[in-house]
Amino acid sequence: MKRVKIIKEDLKTIFEALAQRYRTIGPKLVHGTVVMAESSFEDIPAGYEDRQGPGSYRLEKKETEEIFSFSPGADSFKKYLCPSSVTSFSFQKSAKGFVVDVPEREGMPLAFIGSRACDLAALSLLDQVFLDGPVRDQGYEGRRKSIFIVSVNCNHPSENCFCDAMGTGPYAKEGFDLCITEIRNWLLVEAGSVEGEKVLEILPHREIDAGDLDEKRIVIARCREMIKKSMKTEDLPGVIYRNLEHPRWTEIAGKDLECGNCTMVCPTCFCNSSYDVLSLRTVSSNLRDFSGVRRRTWDSCFSKNFARVHGGNFRPSRRARYRHWMTHKLAYWIEQFGSPGCVGCGRCITWCPVGIDITHELEELRRVR
Amino acid sequence: MKRQRIGIFKLASCDGCQLAVLNLNEELFDLAELYDIAYFREALNRSPLKQYDIALVEGSVTTERQKKEIIEIRERARFLMTIGACATAGGIQALRNWANLAEFKRQVYPSPELISVLPTSTPVSEHVYIDYELWGCPVDAEALSETLVSLMVGRRPGIPIYSLCMDCKIKGIPCVLVSQGDPCLGPVTRAGCGALCPSFGRGCFGCFGPKEGANIDALMHRFEDLKMARKDAVLLMDKMNTYAYRRTRLEQDH
Repeated sequence: MKRVKIIKEDLKTIFEALAQRYRTIGPKLVHGTVVMAESSFEDIPAGYEDRQGPGSYRLEKKETEEIFSFSPGADSFKKYLCPSSVTSFSFQKSAKGFVVDVPEREGMPLAFIGSRACDLAALSLLDQVFLDGPVRDQGYEGRRKSIFIVSVNCNHPSENCFCDAMGTGPYAKEGFDLCITEIRNWLLVEAGSVEGEKVLEILPHREIDAGDLDEKRIVIARCREMIKKSMKTEDLPGVIYRNLEHPRWTEIAGKDLECGNCTMVCPTCFCNSSYDVLSLRTVSSNLRDFSGVRRRTWDSCFSKNFARVHGGNFRPSRRARYRHWMTHKLAYWIEQFGSPGCVGCGRCITWCPVGIDITHELEELRRVR
Repeated sequence: MKRQRIGIFKLASCDGCQLAVLNLNEELFDLAELYDIAYFREALNRSPLKQYDIALVEGSVTTERQKKEIIEIRERARFLMTIGACATAGGIQALRNWANLAEFKRQVYPSPELISVLPTSTPVSEHVYIDYELWGCPVDAEALSETLVSLMVGRRPGIPIYSLCMDCKIKGIPCVLVSQGDPCLGPVTRAGCGALCPSFGRGCFGCFGPKEGANIDALMHRFEDLKMARKDAVLLMDKMNTYAYRRTRLEQDH
């Protein structure tokens, strides 16, 4: 596939070219935090660096010419594929019968700009869940197809990144249309698809040589060195199944707020609940006529109601709920899909208000007491 | 089909939750069509009737008279639902539950001897059996509408019991606690307000009260890590849902 060398201004050209045909979604500053939003080249928080810790995130402007100086932010592209709240269909019951109407997907396809290797890995996990299983999710399928992806290889991993240990990063291997590596004052852009190659054709032509590829390798190696966090994945899922009664679960429950933040920021947590929205407006007093919509909204296994069924709740304690989340990520997922449901982006660690660290908790579970 | 009869009652409160009923706006007309609004303290000049299918109660029990009144309301209602922080958790007036009543009276009123109240302000649920409760200061008009329409069609109302954080994330609001170190009660508070304060970059005040089984101590420890004095951290909860937060904390499993 085609590879070219570009300068910053050319990146703007790429943005503009994509904006002709796509809604461009990329990093943007909101309330002092990097989030994914509809954005333009100017919106990129270039020169901002974040410091992340367990339960802490701070952003600072640095004196640097770098564009992608920040690491993954508060949310992921998940919110565009599995929207936080979406109308599945509307329904209307009257004397004439019962009518269900599925809304048409409108608008331009999306371009995800600035997705990291971990984001790509998350995307591929979501694809497995929603497209490759026994039931294809039509809503997801509709949003997913024709998405254009511009990925960025990381220069600045956060303190909570552990993609290297999960084998998902820090550089993108596949699943992109274009992949950018920022090297000093220029950018190496590699096409990963025919669509991507077409975009490169509009740019001023600067061929690369072997030295440029060496530079890319150096950037990646330097990034690897900067990643301090790790997760020992050997013996998964066994180590969890053998420790389902480990005292550590109770200790975590003491700290756990079960606010659900980890599941919301996780790029692979996909659980949701569907609910029929009726209103006083649309119900007739004899209940013969009514209309409404079925709404699908993010939900979380940390919500007490999530495991409530007729007759009771099968995860009645905080301990049970945390254990379920971690076991799903690091054990059930492996059995179901062949790899863990964790891509090592570290968001659950950063955005946990009390800083519970999944890598640390797995270590604790390995300790025999 | 005969319409079900609704009564909207008031104990010690500011009337804000009754105003939330009026804030149903256009839906108020639908409500009046679907239900027979027989008594509505804030909006109608009518005397109470004998029986109600549904009683909505605003306000906490703070006087001897109210203690009798709420029993009377219960006896006349088939279904009793509290609306708002006062009726559900005792309200801001429950601050006196942890203080000296005489002292409070002296500080607030020019003639404290004229004030005849109980030493505590308590939620309706401490006096009579309640069928459903809606949290919030004030209650959310949408939640009210959802509950009333659910009663109509016979289903469990779709009122989430998860934390405010969930609503913040659903709305795409970055966390003020994590990104600014601002104390926020969101992780231990019920969703329901649509993440109003965080959407303006402020921490949550806890208008919707503690979520079920909230791990309050863990959050208080976190506030202390942020260099907040323990006393101030606890004070954050001492607002319209003080009684509920404090009780949840005391009853928490350790």
